[in-house]
Amino acid sequence: MRHLLDPTDFSINETGELIRRAEEIIANPSAVADACRGKILATLFFEPSTRTRLSFESAMISMGGHVIGFAGAELSSAAKGESVADTIRMVSCYADICVMRHPKEGAALVAAKNSSIPVINAGDGGHQHPSQTLTDLMTIHSLKKRLNGLTVGFCGDLKFGRTVHSLFRALTLYPDNRFILVSPRELQMPEYVYRADSRAIACVEFGNLEDVIGKMDILYMTRVQRERFFNEADYVRLKDSYILTKEKLDHAKPDLAVLHPLPRVNEIAVEVDKDDRAKYFEQARNGKFIRMALIEKLLKPETEA
Amino acid sequence: MLSIDSITHGVVLDHIAAGRGMSIFHLLKLDEVDSTVAIIKNVKSGRLGRKDMIKIEDRFDLDLDALGYIDANITVNIIEDGQIKKKHNLSLPSRLTNVIICKNPRCITSAEQGLEHEFVLFDKENKIYRCLYCEQENG
Ligand SMILES: [Zn+2]
Repeated sequence: MRHLLDPTDFSINETGELIRRAEEIIANPSAVADACRGKILATLFFEPSTRTRLSFESAMISMGGHVIGFAGAELSSAAKGESVADTIRMVSCYADICVMRHPKEGAALVAAKNSSIPVINAGDGGHQHPSQTLTDLMTIHSLKKRLNGLTVGFCGDLKFGRTVHSLFRALTLYPDNRFILVSPRELQMPEYVYRADSRAIACVEFGNLEDVIGKMDILYMTRVQRERFFNEADYVRLKDSYILTKEKLDHAKPDLAVLHPLPRVNEIAVEVDKDDRAKYFEQARNGKFIRMALIEKLLKPETEA
Repeated sequence: MLSIDSITHGVVLDHIAAGRGMSIFHLLKLDEVDSTVAIIKNVKSGRLGRKDMIKIEDRFDLDLDALGYIDANITVNIIEDGQIKKKHNLSLPSRLTNVIICKNPRCITSAEQGLEHEFVLFDKENKIYRCLYCEQENG
């Protein structure tokens, strides 16, 4: 039985197969209309996330499966006090596969260790969010036809941004990728993310968005949240440096792809949406199809997988 | 020198850095065992100048992983019939359970009942371990 807890749980080949499969599903969705008939997906959202949950539910229903689960406010106080281990043991009896989001880092691993069904980590605190990463990789692959030899910029909250941590880690598996990190000092990427093992430190540089945007093939934007700052003055002083505007985009390559895990607040000016380089809505569309491929893969009996 | 009976059956931990004997006594939870245990402090030693030693009678089940993490220079002598039967050289263990406690308040170990704190050796040279769950480094 396989789980998806960390973006490196799948090999480069497996990720490549998933992307190909998702593209096949886009081309011919009726071919998988019954692929999950009689199967149940449990969505366990200890922390609400409408977007991710709907994307998984839609994926499952489109393959003829069913969905059960809970999200945020529906948690009774008793359920809130229940351990992750007990919750997953119970859910294992009712479902064939589950998706979990939890505010604590490492919660998905605890679930997997106690589960008799495949677990998909849909975000564990500020740690990892590997199903979003599959979406990101699929989008990059469809735009660039490759996942190696790219210069990838990450901008915004790189400390708590789990989508950033997961995508960064996944891209370090492919050869010759370079990374440019643009973030306030308070929100720098944790060392554990870019020191993937004790020897290799991924090729990384730091800079201001205006100065470095011209080198990038991909720009991955995330939100800088007000509550991450110790004081309002720092936030006000810094926030504009991490907002992508038409003006900053003038310095970028003509084939730059701007990605964002969404929801976007103000970190990408609305005027940018009309630019051909804005690919975040396309990215959101891919999310459902790669999740269909993912559910299909994890539900396959071991011998076929 | 103060005379301490040598043991005929048990474990002698030798070459403990002077002053660390007591903390190792607690780490190995020797305050909870029924065996006779002696902590000998500030023994003269050619190698270290001064060292501490711990002698434990009739027990062999020590957490050598925890000991290796605390100080890999400690020598573990297994004594049987008054003779040194075996010497263990310690090394940094690849995994530690409930030896390092994760300090990250966002880690699941801070919330989940009954969950053990597990750390995995990440960088041997610099003795860096990472929490299995949140990847926070020790130290
Ligand atoms: Zn931890």
